[in-house]
Formats: sequence, C-alpha cells, structure tokens
Amino acid sequence: MALKEKLHTLKEKYRGTKMAPAFNALHTFLYLPNETTHNGTHIKAADDLKRTMNTVILALVPCLLFGMFNAGYQHYAALGQPVDFLSWDSLYIGIIKVLPLVVVSYGVGLAIEFLFAVIKGHEVEEGYLVTGMLVPLIVPIDLPLWMLAVAVAFGVVIGKEVFGGTGMNILNPALTIRAFLFFAYPTWMSGDKVWVHGAVERAGTADAISGETILGSYAQNQEVLYSLSDMFYGFIPGSIGETSKLLIILGGLFLIFTKVGSWRIMLSTIIGALVMGLIFNGVVDAGWIGETSKFYGLMSVPFWQHLIIGSILFGAVYMATDPVTASQTNKGKWIYGFLIGFISIMIRVFNPAYPEGVFLAILLMNVFAPTIDHYVIQANIKKRMKRLKPNVA
Amino acid sequence: MGLLSKKDSKLILDPLADNNPITIQVLGICSALAITAELKASIVMAISVLFVMGVGNVVISMLRNVIPSKIRIIVQLVVVATLVIIVDLVLKAYAYELSKTLSVFVGLIITNCIIMGRFEAFALGNGLWRSFLDGIGNALGYGVILIIVGFFRELLGSGTLLGIPVLGDPIEKTGVYALGYENNGFMLLSPMALIVVGLIIWVQRSRNKALIED
Repeated sequence: MALKEKLHTLKEKYRGTKMAPAFNALHTFLYLPNETTHNGTHIKAADDLKRTMNTVILALVPCLLFGMFNAGYQHYAALGQPVDFLSWDSLYIGIIKVLPLVVVSYGVGLAIEFLFAVIKGHEVEEGYLVTGMLVPLIVPIDLPLWMLAVAVAFGVVIGKEVFGGTGMNILNPALTIRAFLFFAYPTWMSGDKVWVHGAVERAGTADAISGETILGSYAQNQEVLYSLSDMFYGFIPGSIGETSKLLIILGGLFLIFTKVGSWRIMLSTIIGALVMGLIFNGVVDAGWIGETSKFYGLMSVPFWQHLIIGSILFGAVYMATDPVTASQTNKGKWIYGFLIGFISIMIRVFNPAYPEGVFLAILLMNVFAPTIDHYVIQANIKKRMKRLKPNVA
Repeated sequence: MGLLSKKDSKLILDPLADNNPITIQVLGICSALAITAELKASIVMAISVLFVMGVGNVVISMLRNVIPSKIRIIVQLVVVATLVIIVDLVLKAYAYELSKTLSVFVGLIITNCIIMGRFEAFALGNGLWRSFLDGIGNALGYGVILIIVGFFRELLGSGTLLGIPVLGDPIEKTGVYALGYENNGFMLLSPMALIVVGLIIWVQRSRNKALIED
C-alpha cells in the first residue's frame, strides 16, 4: 500500500477525534486530498498558502546552500588554512553545523504548531514552514542547539500562537525568535567570536581565531579587511544565510516575479536605507563630527555600501515583506518600508550595543504597520468625501 | 473557618485568585515589572505593600465619617504618604542595600493604584475589621504574583534564589552550567516580567473560563 493510502486510512481512522488535525496536516502536506467539493461553484486559485510558502522557501534555498559552504570556508580561512569555496571540506562543516540548526528549528516549531492545533481543534497551518527556514539563516553558526530550541518555543508561542496562530500575529515570528536570542544570550549573538565556527571554543587559547564582522570593524574605526566584491558575493563572516547579497537579490527578484513578495516594500526599504546613509555622509562631509568621534567609522561609509554590509538586504527581501505583519495598503507599504530602511541604518550607526539594527527596525515597524494602514485608509476616505461633497450640495 | 465568618474570609481569599489585583484587575503592574528581577526585592516589596494597605485601610476606615468627600483624595494621599515614608525609613535603617535596589519604587508605592483603589472602593464604605481584611487580602494577592514572577525571573535570569546560587556557578561551570546551560539575560529585563505576568494571566484564565471577558 502506498504512503498516500496509508495516510488516508490514518486520517479516516482519527476523523472526529482530538488528533484529527495532526493527521490531516500530515496528509495534506504531502498529497492533495482525494475529496472534492460537490455542490456550488468554487474558484480554484493556484496560489494558496502552501504554494506561497513553498515559493519563499525555494527562494531561500540558495542562501542556505551558500551559507553551508561559507561556514566551512570562513572556518578554514580564519584558521589560516584556506580551502576552496566549493570544496567538500567547506561543505562538511556546513553540514555538521547548519543542518542541525535547521532540524531543531523545524522540529520544535512544528511540534508546537501541531500541539496547538490539537488543543484548539483547528487545522495545522503552513505558516511555520517559512519561519522554520528563516530562523537558521539569521543566527550565528555556533549557537547551541538548546538555545535555539528555547527561542523557537518562545517565538512560536508568544509571537504567534497567543495571537491566534498563522495570519493573526503582530510580530514576525522569525524575528521574535532572533530578538529573544539576542536579549537572552547576548554573548552568543553578538561580538567578534560567534560568526565563525570554532571561534568561541578557541577564545582565550593560543590558537584563538577571530571573526570580526565588517560592521564591528567600522564601529571601532578599524580597517576593514574584506573587499567590496567579497561583501557582495558573500565571502564574509556573518549570520548563516545573509552574507551573499547576490543570492539575496536573485531571491528577491524571484519573489517579485512570482508576485509573492511586495516589490514596494523591498524598494522602499532600500530607498530608506540609502537616504539615511546619504544624510550621515552629508554630516561627515559638512565636517560636523571629527575623525575621533565614535560614530565616524560607520557614518563615513559611502551610503550605497550600507546595502552590502550587514543584513539590510536580507531583511528587506525576506523579513519586511512578510504579508501578515507588513502594511496591507500600497501607500502604507511605501511608508512602512522606507521607515524600516531609515531606522535600520540609524540604529546601525548610533548604537554600538546593537551592531545590526535591521531586526529591531522591522519589529518596530511591524507594531506600527496597522496604524500606518489606518491613517492611509482614513486619508483616502477623507479625499473621497471631499470629492463627493460638491455634488451633494 | 472558626476565626472568620464566610463573608469575611471571602475578603481575604478572593483577591488571591479570582479577583487578583494584578492578573484580573490589572492594577499595580508598574512595580510588578520594575522590581521583580530579584526574589528578595519582590518579597520586601510585598511586605511593604502589605503593611501600607493593612494599616492604611484601617486608618481610612476610622476616618471615613469625618472626611469631607470633596477632599478625600488628599486625605488618602496624606495617609499613604505617611505610611510609605515609615516603610522607606525602616528599610533605609535596617536594610540599606535592599532599599537601594528598590530605590524610587518604595516611594512610588504611593502611586500604586491598588492602594488608592481599595481606599476609594472599600475602606470609605466599610467598618474597621472588614477594611483591614480587605487590605490584607489585596496586598497578599499582589504579593503572591510579585513573588511568583520574582521567583522565575531570578531563577532563570541569574540562576540564584534570594541571592543563593541554586543552579551552580556560571563562571566555574559547575552544576547545570557544566552541561552548557546559560542564564537567560532577557529574564532580567522588564519586558520579560510583562510576559511572565501575561503567562500567569493565560494559565489562570484557561483554568477558569468564567474570567475570560468577551
């Protein structure tokens, strides 16, 4: 008997019981159900939730693969024994370090989703599929697995389930998870020791290695050791999936082409970041701050380079565009995205405690998204009322 | 209950659970967020509020027939302020370190909405004994939540209870720290207190469906 029939029998067996949603989810995740509707006309759209989620995951796969190769590449480069980027040696480190993160992220997250579906008696939603893929991509490589498990449990329960599950959450669950990790275990989430595999356990010993990120170097007014093309292609230390700007741009184009991600948000985030960068460049050019200022390093970065250092592009393409937590109106999306870019760069430059501000900026704007929508809609109503008035009088 | 009539014991027991000032009436949240990072501070705060509310309710109840209603808020404030200053001075005299941890929040007991709320809602209209019980009951309800929150925040945030390490030494890597466990720094930040209070509210309301508002 094929797997499909087995799952179908299981589903039938548990129909009407408490466990029904769990078996139902397993069945519909892998196969199309046999049942068809009988009466009435139903419009079938191809872009259901499952299709949307799978498109995003497809766009993320290149970032994940690149991150796995880069894990080993950075590790050996930091050890002073460089290996080829596309070699078995670099991939091996990626497999033993990155895959467990993916497995834990999906395992814990889906277990909680199933648990809540069974308790509350609703169907399991596909919402966690993308979150579960995003989470391993936005954490440092040496993060202990139990910390990730705790954070995923926290993020899924507090960030999503208490609001009513997929589609009802205010905050992006993946970023809630990252924020939890950042505030709970700051030593594992920032600094110069966490971005390259092996750096933490070697700290303080004779063969210590360092994985200073570009943002860290700038913040301390130090020389940056990586070339612009390395930053663009992604051969730099950083969170697992966000280093390669080229692949993120390709993923973004794919999302825009399939109409899954909003080009308005992506574009306006980038514009916001560029405007803030230009303002800082202007401040430096005008000579308002001296070279000894602690902000000088980051402020004097040419404005367009802000896009290829740090994770602003990853945030703009995969995080800000989350259809649930972003603004819904078109005008609102421009404001929402612009402020994300603007605030990200502001946090990046002004607050040395938060070397990267993208996730904080997106979470903040998640909170304001409904307010932005409200005012956009009210303004539109007001405009239409004005148009209507002369005719009434 | 031999000591208390059924009606009287309700005054004490109700605020402990189904009419808790923090989790049901959502009053006094500010201090619950600010000082619960350590269990010791939570306990001292709970005792201070217990004293202020017990005595304050009695004083207001005694004066209830002579206070002109137009200036009753001022009178209430004078009573709370007097009691809070006593607490503050006692803490400064006998537990100086602790009073530094609690800092401004001892003074801010004055603005704790639970206290003014009970003065207004109960002590102004009830006799001495019942006002006293009501004050004690509400202060206990407040204190219980404070201590629960303080317990979890100190245990998970610093790995200690009342300043005594219970999970091992995080620097020497003994106890659970040897297994790779680490303290959760988020627990020491105020937002986490809000989330812990929220979780208590969640548990309480899912056990007693009658408490769900809509």
